[in-house]
Amino acid sequence: MAVRTYLQAISDGLREEMRRDERVFVIGEDVGVYGGAFKVTQGFQSEFGPWRVLDSPLAETAIVGACTGASMMGMRPVAEMQFADFVSCAWDHLVTVAAKQHYRAGSPLPFVVRLPSGGGFSGGPFHSQNPESSFAHIPGLKIVCPSTPEDAKGLLVEAIRDPNPVLYFEHKHLYRRIKGEVPEGDWTIPFGEARVHRAGSDLTIVTWGAMVHTADEAAARAAERDGTSVEVLDLRTITPWDRTAVLSSVARTAKLLVLHEDTRTAGFGAEIAATVAEEAFELLDAPILRVAAPDTPVPFSPPLEKAFIPQVDDVLRAIDRLASY
Amino acid sequence: MVAREAAAVATPAEARAAGLDQEDLLLIYRHLLVTRGIEERGHILYRQGKIPGSFYTGRGNEAGAVGVGFAMGLDDVGCPIQRDMGVHIARGTEPWRIFAQYLGRVDGFARGRDGNVHMADFRLGLVAMVSHLPAMAPVAVGAALAFRLRNQPRVAVAWSGDGATSRGDWHEALNFAGVRQLPVVFVIDNNGFAYSTPNALEFPSGRLADRATGYGFEGVVVDGTDVLAVHREARRAIEKAREGGGPTLLEIVTLRMEGHAVHDDAFYVPKGLHEAWAKRDPIERYRAFLAEHVPGFAEERDDAIRLEVKQLLNEAVRRADESPLPDPATVLDGVYVDPAELDAPHHK
Ligand SMILES: Cc1ncc(C[n+]2csc(CCOP(=O)(O)OP(=O)(O)O)c2C)c(N)n1
Repeated sequence: MAVRTYLQAISDGLREEMRRDERVFVIGEDVGVYGGAFKVTQGFQSEFGPWRVLDSPLAETAIVGACTGASMMGMRPVAEMQFADFVSCAWDHLVTVAAKQHYRAGSPLPFVVRLPSGGGFSGGPFHSQNPESSFAHIPGLKIVCPSTPEDAKGLLVEAIRDPNPVLYFEHKHLYRRIKGEVPEGDWTIPFGEARVHRAGSDLTIVTWGAMVHTADEAAARAAERDGTSVEVLDLRTITPWDRTAVLSSVARTAKLLVLHEDTRTAGFGAEIAATVAEEAFELLDAPILRVAAPDTPVPFSPPLEKAFIPQVDDVLRAIDRLASY
Repeated sequence: MVAREAAAVATPAEARAAGLDQEDLLLIYRHLLVTRGIEERGHILYRQGKIPGSFYTGRGNEAGAVGVGFAMGLDDVGCPIQRDMGVHIARGTEPWRIFAQYLGRVDGFARGRDGNVHMADFRLGLVAMVSHLPAMAPVAVGAALAFRLRNQPRVAVAWSGDGATSRGDWHEALNFAGVRQLPVVFVIDNNGFAYSTPNALEFPSGRLADRATGYGFEGVVVDGTDVLAVHREARRAIEKAREGGGPTLLEIVTLRMEGHAVHDDAFYVPKGLHEAWAKRDPIERYRAFLAEHVPGFAEERDDAIRLEVKQLLNEAVRRADESPLPDPATVLDGVYVDPAELDAPHHK
């Protein structure tokens, strides 16, 4: 196994799938000559040529609309939004056309939209968002939020092979910071299977994306401090999401904290909390807690952004509340 | 080409015909220097690690931005974009608040909620851009619609980059404005590239200004290194709109002289292009014009103005640095408007 960064793992998955399957092509703003704003497709155009690594005009509806049309005709497009935030310009197409196509007309749309998401670098209100929850409300789309290099690769290849439109949220704060061993060769990770990132017995944190690492750090500190044993469950995919894994972890720990970087109200954490309250009320020894960003746009200035994005200390406070309940 | 190609302005008499006296000519020079000076200093502050996030400049487009900004009337409204520092300066934006914006301080226009060029002093009739391009084009059209509905002799100006004209928002804005002959001027800062993507991969038509025909109004192409020609054409378009003559599409041709933002070394720009355009630097060009036509400029006025601008910017950076960072306890403030805040002059 090779040690790869999260970003390299995404590149690897995409490159290998393009080598394996000539139907796969890449489209997006500055993905060719420039190699993408974050360099995920660096070197791709020299290997695959300008028609399989297509520099598009600045036009998100055109990019995603083209994915619909090309995938309908048997291709397997992988689009890149320059930042996840700009998918709002293609929202109408994704929701109105792509998400409903198979249900209405029976034609599968096997395409992937890659969305560099998340904050932590003073990107401000338009370069920091985590819009996965709003798409989770749209039946017909699949949503992937990997947190480790291995998952990033395995889930990307799975996404490319999936016959539905898949939104693949790659967290920018993980790109170069997170490294890990990634198996080589042709393998995938199925959607809808959560992963125990850290095993524990006193309480469960359900999270995904960059917050997996925040949760892990908080859990490590809690263990060191007073032996509190926290389980960190990484959902990995939001649509579909692994209810069974969440419910069985809660059955063992009886306490649940849901953590996400997106804003709190109507965030996907609310769905998880509601499901557990419906299906496992008797198993709970404490109220379900949520830690999420406050209901504001993502602020730019460092002290404000730090107050916005859930920090390790915020998670620790919630752990304490649950542990002492 | 269908669009009209604007001629250069070669003499003070031609500038006078466009409403500029000698003091105006010198003020435009000062605006150009302040515009470039702010971005140069911002760049240094960024490299020193003082500015969070990313940093964009409009080097090469100073004349394009100042020329249009200077042509706007006091009550006109504009939606400038990432290369248009000169619009803010020409309309009187205080430089220290721009630095406070860059630095994420409470005296920045966004009060630390947003950063870099996502700013505007609304009291000066300017609207802060969002990242999503060209999302503000329909907003400018809405402002023009309001002027029309209220019979006000005011004009809106909507900027877009060359790349952003590929998005549907831009088409919808121009089409609506054309149908209703609204008092709006559409400016394209055509600096040759959209991030790494050259004009040839952004649009297939020869000139973007040619598209105006399809929307039922005039298109004009102007050399963005000629501040006086930009001013004259912008003034014409704005006054035409004010008199009920409908929209104009003004394409200002330059080269983006730096990377998309500071992280980008622009390796994809063909060799020699920067050098060729550097010889046509808009500020040098204008300085030569003033030296030739304004008595005493080369001898003393030039130095005096440069010194004054230097002092202004020193003071601006100092004052901005005194402005505090926002208090994290205020992170929730401002998501919803307080009725008491509805007293900005452009709301009335
Ligand atoms: C809708 C949207 N998609 C992508 C981006 C990312 N982005 C920022 S600037 C830029 C290029 C803009 O090019 P152009 O309109 O020519 O203006 P320029 O920056 O060259 O002045 C891109 C792709 C964006 N801001 N908005």
